[in-house]
Amino acid sequence: MSSDSENPATEAKPEEKPTPPKPAAKAEEKPEELPAFEKGISDKLVEKFGDKVQVDFVKEDRVGIKTSKENVHDVAQFIRDDLHYDHAESVTGVDFPADNEIEVVYHLGSYTESSLARQVLTLATRAPRESNPIPGQDSTKLPSLRDVFYSVEFGEREVFEMLGVYFDGHPDNRRLLLPEDWADLPPLRKDFAIKGR
Amino acid sequence: MTDIMPPGLALKKVDERIMTLNVGPQHPGSGHMRIVVQIDGDYIVACDPDPGYVHRGEEKMAEYRNYITNVPHLERPVIHDSCNVLYPYVLGAEEILGIEVPERAKYVRVICSELNRCIYTMYWLAIYGIFLGHSTMFMWPAGDRELLIDLMEKVSGARVTHAHFIPGGVRNDLPANFEDVCLRQVNYFEKRIKEYAAVFYDNPILISRTRDTGVLTRENAIRYGTTGSVLRASGVDYDLRVKAPYDVYEELDVHTNVLKEGDSYARSKVPWLDMMESCNIIRQALQKMPKSGSVRTKLKPNPKTKGPATVYKRVESGRGSLGCYIVSDGKTEPYRVKMSVPSFRNLLAMPNLLIGEKLGNMPSVYWSLNYWPVEADR
Repeated sequence: MSSDSENPATEAKPEEKPTPPKPAAKAEEKPEELPAFEKGISDKLVEKFGDKVQVDFVKEDRVGIKTSKENVHDVAQFIRDDLHYDHAESVTGVDFPADNEIEVVYHLGSYTESSLARQVLTLATRAPRESNPIPGQDSTKLPSLRDVFYSVEFGEREVFEMLGVYFDGHPDNRRLLLPEDWADLPPLRKDFAIKGR
Repeated sequence: MTDIMPPGLALKKVDERIMTLNVGPQHPGSGHMRIVVQIDGDYIVACDPDPGYVHRGEEKMAEYRNYITNVPHLERPVIHDSCNVLYPYVLGAEEILGIEVPERAKYVRVICSELNRCIYTMYWLAIYGIFLGHSTMFMWPAGDRELLIDLMEKVSGARVTHAHFIPGGVRNDLPANFEDVCLRQVNYFEKRIKEYAAVFYDNPILISRTRDTGVLTRENAIRYGTTGSVLRASGVDYDLRVKAPYDVYEELDVHTNVLKEGDSYARSKVPWLDMMESCNIIRQALQKMPKSGSVRTKLKPNPKTKGPATVYKRVESGRGSLGCYIVSDGKTEPYRVKMSVPSFRNLLAMPNLLIGEKLGNMPSVYWSLNYWPVEADR
């Protein structure tokens, strides 16, 4: 009938059969050194931004970068345009009441650049935290990365409702998962306690 | 009416021609999920997905339990893919607790993970069949699924929520004579799913309803950050089992199924092709698995961590790349657990695909996104 399913096993054979590069293999030979490929990524960022970025960690397939909220947009743009990361896998908010800050972590990956297929770049930034939050109207604000990575759209909406971080420049800062009439604290803050715990 | 609506609802009257429809939240086939669509005649002009009806706060709950007692509740978002949904959490917990996994346990995990992928995909396929009014395609996968559920029952004791993967390995060793039974069932299962081509995938009615509907181009698939079968149906060759292998996938020969069309038909076909690949992987794993040995590194009931750490692990689940980000502050409970779930990531494609489609094509586009509402909400 249709020619589509005549040969399902072979029709999708990808052309790039050579195994993806495994830059981390070097790390196993010299365990005391940082993995070279990942080190190269963090070096490029440090070279471009100097002390505006801090390298959080460099380990096999993972690079962690921290930056301030003033620079996060520029850093993200550089990561997209020059390092060729093309999508965000997740946007995570982590509450740190002891530091009076909320950290927002973007996990970035790449589909187009095959050498980055194993890599996840962690871009973290922090927003000030208020003990009596009024989500959207207090100082807990960050610039939105939605114009850099389109794929953060729902992730940022989730962080907004779950932690009360307002993203400036996000086109659609509405609730996503919580009920529309939710009037309590943002639930993933540490001071929101589960009953009985 | 619109004035007294709480913020967040987009039920504004835009134009005399435009009608606003609530699709859901009571869904006949899946978990609860609402899609607010605006239609002009028969065509969708705006679409606003509204998940959250089955939000259960899994991530919050995980902050109150230790690394072992988190296992049974973190598989709840996708009970019929429970091994895969736990997999990244377990990998992350192992790194934080600093434990090694025995070789045999890694193979048992691969077998369970692939069995679960098929169990999930058959459920998804059954619902895709009934969404399109194809009752045979509801009954057949729902029945053939039992073959693999029986296998998982032999392995873990539970038919659906296995809680089989734990930090340190798997809960139990495979039962005696499992290899033979598994091989027989999987071979028969593969023979059965090949028969679906004649009744479903080559069916002209299915083709006419799904061909060229909801076309997701390669560029947009990447831009929206989609994953799994949605991404591979749009021509992107990306499967974590090949690109970033975890556990023993590196030693197995895994073929990635990629289709280029990016329409609902391609998206409905890639999971089916993946099931056949899963059968191949199970056969390879059964052959290469060490025949004896430990399957579990024993832990204390409340294991201690190595100290503050963050890990991000990801695996290829039945729906796509599933990541787990764990922040540990050195205590016995995780400080923060974030599940980066494929359903949530694929959801972003939904409004973009539905705008411009006919309302009647909505079920075929919606369910072809391999979307599981309970997982997206967590």
